[in-house]
Amino acid sequence: MTQMAHQLPELAIPALRFEGASVVHRGQTLLQPLTLSLDGCRRTLVMGPNGAGKSLLMRLAHGLLLPSAGQVYWEGKPPRQAMVFQRPVLLKRSALDNLTYALAVSGTPWRARKPLAREALARFGLSPLERRPARVLSGGEQQRLALARAWLLNPKVLFLDEPTAALDPASMRAVEAAVVDFHARGTRILMTTHDLNQAKRLADDVVLLHEGRLIEHSDAERFFTTPASPTTRAFIDGDLIW
Amino acid sequence: MPEFDNAFQAALNLILGLDPTLVGILALSLQVSLAAVAVGAVIGLPLGAALALWRFPGRGAVVVVLNALMGLPPVVAGLAVYLLLSRAGPLGQFGLLFTPGAMVVAQVLLILPIIAALTRQQVEELHAEYREQLQSLGLSRLRRIPTLLWDARFGLMTVILAGFGRASAEVGAVMIVGGNIEGVTRVMTTAIVLETSKGNLPLALGLGLVLLALVTLINGAAYLVGETARRRLG
Amino acid sequence: MPKAGLILAALALMGLSLPATAQGIGHITLASTTSTENSGLFGAIIPAFTEATGIEVRVVAVGTGQAFEIARRGDVDSLLVHDTEGEARFVAEGHGSERADVMYNDFVLVGPAGDPAGIAEADDVNEAFARIGAAEAPFTSRGDDSGTHRAEQRLWKAAGIAPASPWYRELGSGMGATLNTAAAMDAYVFTDRATWVAFRNRQDLTLLFEGDEALFNQYGSVRIAPERHPHLKHDLAAQWHEWLLSEAGQQAIADFRVNGEQLFFPNSQPNAADAP
Repeated sequence: MTQMAHQLPELAIPALRFEGASVVHRGQTLLQPLTLSLDGCRRTLVMGPNGAGKSLLMRLAHGLLLPSAGQVYWEGKPPRQAMVFQRPVLLKRSALDNLTYALAVSGTPWRARKPLAREALARFGLSPLERRPARVLSGGEQQRLALARAWLLNPKVLFLDEPTAALDPASMRAVEAAVVDFHARGTRILMTTHDLNQAKRLADDVVLLHEGRLIEHSDAERFFTTPASPTTRAFIDGDLIW
Repeated sequence: MPEFDNAFQAALNLILGLDPTLVGILALSLQVSLAAVAVGAVIGLPLGAALALWRFPGRGAVVVVLNALMGLPPVVAGLAVYLLLSRAGPLGQFGLLFTPGAMVVAQVLLILPIIAALTRQQVEELHAEYREQLQSLGLSRLRRIPTLLWDARFGLMTVILAGFGRASAEVGAVMIVGGNIEGVTRVMTTAIVLETSKGNLPLALGLGLVLLALVTLINGAAYLVGETARRRLG
Repeated sequence: MPKAGLILAALALMGLSLPATAQGIGHITLASTTSTENSGLFGAIIPAFTEATGIEVRVVAVGTGQAFEIARRGDVDSLLVHDTEGEARFVAEGHGSERADVMYNDFVLVGPAGDPAGIAEADDVNEAFARIGAAEAPFTSRGDDSGTHRAEQRLWKAAGIAPASPWYRELGSGMGATLNTAAAMDAYVFTDRATWVAFRNRQDLTLLFEGDEALFNQYGSVRIAPERHPHLKHDLAAQWHEWLLSEAGQQAIADFRVNGEQLFFPNSQPNAADAP
């Protein structure tokens, strides 16, 4: 994992396309037909009130969910991906074993797993906790462990679904720092949040969803200063009902 | 109830006297039931996990049948295995009838549904929690099985103990396929039936107490191991 | 966990194979009745046979009907039961190659010490059964189509009684269980003497009627036909059959005592073992 390997990686990341992709569940349309193209090695923040369809968009993008109609596809070979959930799903094993497990799954040779896992624990400030059961860690520690796991998978694209929604401010900052580190390593970021300030801090571009509909997709600066849609204006001003 | 006093006396005498016949019967009971549990677990755990992970037509029916088979009367299991292993039956040439091996086969038939059905339930619950993460890691269903079984291990320990409980307590199946032959296929439960039919009620109940003590001991040991591991690993 | 289970299974099965490798020439499996096994007879006579021949005898004790059935299916090497008619039929149908008288014991009538039907004063067994029927006194029957049950039914018929509920209770149980029930219900019960003498849970039950020749219970040894079941251990089974009829076997049977009482009376015909 030399720095050289990550030079100009954005050229290698194919674009993700949504073409009329919708999600219908029990006769109810949760996500209206969505057409959207996400490319480049950017940090895209997906925003919107609760129930806007942010998580559905993430799951469609990561392939955890198939669209009821339309298509979601990568323009080229699907890149290596990882996902961090709002409530991290950790195995009933020690912190270290959670990481070696992910390495085993990704085909890392047995001898290399523990050193790599320990390196990742150190990077996320979890070294003293390596033998602790992952499930008894605090919320912030669990989320950092989930990030360490994603780090080890060395993804080209990282999905984060409300990763800081349940965290204290210090843990939130740690997650945001990790997002910056991932991006610096050449990982494309796709992250949902309902925190405007967080979006301002992190976003290269912003996708706004409202009631299952795409409202706007623009560069961060434009999104926050001269939004194209009145709904975006209302959202930024805090006038959209959550 | 003088019977109970006499039974405790009989149980105490049996244990303290370390009667070699009793030791043999106890050892065989344990061997047969543990072997049945081991075979049942090796088949039932992956089977239950597979049922939890795969959706296929008729799956609901399989689940219902498996749940129903948890209540399979031991005599019926014994009779079915007898007909299979009998010389005139399809597996007759192996000469398993009236051997401990036949008893293991019959008990496997009894506890396999328990292990598989309860494993399915536990793995299904755990998988509901793990599914997206495992899918995100790119794990095929087949590769999820060992992960889920390992992470459900504390719950599955109870499942296996339930299987062991049924195996060590049943008499109908081992009586028919084992024949209750002294020194060969006589186990605790068939010995209890024998003593009861001789009208030797205190001794029969005493044997029952010894069996209960043994099963309690095993459950206690399993509980301790489980609790220690749980506290250590969470 | 599956791996640990496999190892456990292997260990347990290895342990299981130990008792199967017994000493000596080998073993035969004998089907007999629960009442015979419960009397303790086999525990007394089989060691003598094993010592003489090196052959181990494994007894599977079941009901008479089941004994015939497992023998018919070729699951046992020899039969020792007490249903002369059934044994004759078994041979006639070609399942058995040979049948011989071995010994007899007898049936007795047992009931509550108060003897409400007064069967202790009956002149013969027919009168004893008739008195129970006339008094409609509680009577527990095995009701399991065993040899004992069949003998009991013949005796009701001979006494001209058609037993009926509620006083006549068919249990569908073995002899021991039937005695346990009779003791609990203060009922009369028809039993073989061996089970009765060894029975420990008598409570108020006492022996009320015995000795009529109609109560004799003949045991026969039956050899399984080799042409039906060539896989069986016919040579070893033949040794057992002949030993039972021999002087040594007959003496061992006569020597068997429970509480000082002789339960089985050897009565093999001289030279029976040599008969075709």
